[in-house]
Amino acid sequence: MKEIVVISGKGGTGKTSITASFAYLGGKDVVVADCDVDAADMHLLMEPKKSTAEDFYSGVLAEIDQNLCVKCGKCSEVCRWNAIPCKNDEYTVNPLDCEGCGYCARVCPMEAISMNEQNVGEWFISETRVNNTMIHARLGIGSENSGKLVAHVKNKAKMLALETKKDFIIVDGSPGIGCPVVSSLSGAHFVVLVTEPTVAGLHDLRRVYQLVNKFQIPAGCIINKADLNNEVSDEIKEFLDEEKIVHLADLPYDENFTKAMTLGKTIVEYDKSKLRETLTDTWNEIKRIVM
Amino acid sequence: MKIAIASGKGGTGKTTLSTNLGSFLAENNDVVLVDLDVEEPNSGLFLKSTLIKKYDKFRMVPEWDLTNCTLCGNCQKVCNFHAVITLKTKVMVFPQLCHGCYACSELCPNNSLPMKQEKMGELKHFKVGKLNFVESRLDVGQEQAVPLISQTLEFVDEKYTKETIKLYDSPPGTSCPVIEATKDADFVILVTEPTPFGFHDLKLAIDTMRVLKKEIGVVVNRYGIGNNDVIDYCEKENIPVIATIPNDRKIAELYSRGELLYDKITEVKKELEKISKFIFDRNIGGNK
Repeated sequence: MKEIVVISGKGGTGKTSITASFAYLGGKDVVVADCDVDAADMHLLMEPKKSTAEDFYSGVLAEIDQNLCVKCGKCSEVCRWNAIPCKNDEYTVNPLDCEGCGYCARVCPMEAISMNEQNVGEWFISETRVNNTMIHARLGIGSENSGKLVAHVKNKAKMLALETKKDFIIVDGSPGIGCPVVSSLSGAHFVVLVTEPTVAGLHDLRRVYQLVNKFQIPAGCIINKADLNNEVSDEIKEFLDEEKIVHLADLPYDENFTKAMTLGKTIVEYDKSKLRETLTDTWNEIKRIVM
Repeated sequence: MKIAIASGKGGTGKTTLSTNLGSFLAENNDVVLVDLDVEEPNSGLFLKSTLIKKYDKFRMVPEWDLTNCTLCGNCQKVCNFHAVITLKTKVMVFPQLCHGCYACSELCPNNSLPMKQEKMGELKHFKVGKLNFVESRLDVGQEQAVPLISQTLEFVDEKYTKETIKLYDSPPGTSCPVIEATKDADFVILVTEPTPFGFHDLKLAIDTMRVLKKEIGVVVNRYGIGNNDVIDYCEKENIPVIATIPNDRKIAELYSRGELLYDKITEVKKELEKISKFIFDRNIGGNK
């Protein structure tokens, strides 16, 4: 079983559309994990059915029992996040500011502060309309611990893939370089970097690749909208050469990406010619590399 | 006046709007543009700027000092993030797990875990003509964006007056980094595109901003592509659509080269004028 993670650093490069195409091409051989839990979109194309849903608990938040509180203010004093202001002669925790460290509860002389486990989201096991098993999640609004939810989604995907003897896990990763991306990358066999030939695309590719490199995971790159700017496209290719990243494919600037999405379809279903052909070749190439 | 420019989905045009609006408003106003997308800061790529000053930014993490340590294990007990463990012969600290709450350090009976600075990134202050530009950049390998975002906002609040128009180019998503970047804003502009992904993530962003009790407006980028769901939804929910930036390959090409749009494309300038009028008519932040 091989785990393929698709990331992009920069948002809006076509990562999810491309990942969904691979999921379509992989069909029943793959388990799909949508690890972009902040703004998960893959389900819009995959129509997951027969979902089983489960709450996800992670981290704790402080709560003050006003009946026990003697208003000494120690909790407020030690809080590094100013999450316990005194309003109308009452100390209350602002849940959006609380980091869950529990320092306040430890210094409270009255033991008036409890640390309660937080429901930070939900996760699902589904069957998609193109016969994948899909693990996806929804992070609660403003929740922390998205890295932990990502790790959870990935672990579930891995267990399922092993149980049902699937060949591949395809992971739709999150943007950026922070904790959710680090969680997306851990344990991956191959990383697909989706980029675009814009100064921002190249900048973000360089940064996210530094992270991939720390994990020493082999990587390939798809340049989407490659003909938008040939100069930057060439710069990206030079970068790929230098870093020994496999140049998997160039895709054209093509509004069929959006048209397919608007119809709730993957590109390989909607486009009947060149795009479909290139993406199919790319998926076969990735399979060849990881096997 | 603090205006955050945010979006649920990445790549919808936050940076395009931030840099163009910032430069446009700076022609006649005192403006500071702040790039708070510290994981992937891009605004600077579009601004021909001169560096004024660079600051290394630090967060505080405990460091074990063996001198008086009795290996009592209290530090491990009080750390909710498993960032400190007590072994038979030593205490180990895992800085990447540490949230900097100081509990282990301050509750240690022997002062054996003094807090030390750890570099997490850098803040740069630039000038671009009349526009002030502040960019913070997280070091690769640092996983937590929030402390750097919060220190950047402190820097900007100290340095600039209440009257200065502060534009925050915010990180994507709906979790802790975007909350940190928007929670002090007087108004939040959500940038989206009229596609199913854009629409879905816009709804998440709207829900997030409602939890934060923020006033919001929407700017639709790549207007003309996709469908009408975003516009219909905003109308139904009484959310103002402040401007629409047309879907145009020429715009994508200018963007790809790191160029500003409004001095080359009249439609874009007209839309910026609309946003400017909206901001001043609304008297956001109650300055004037």
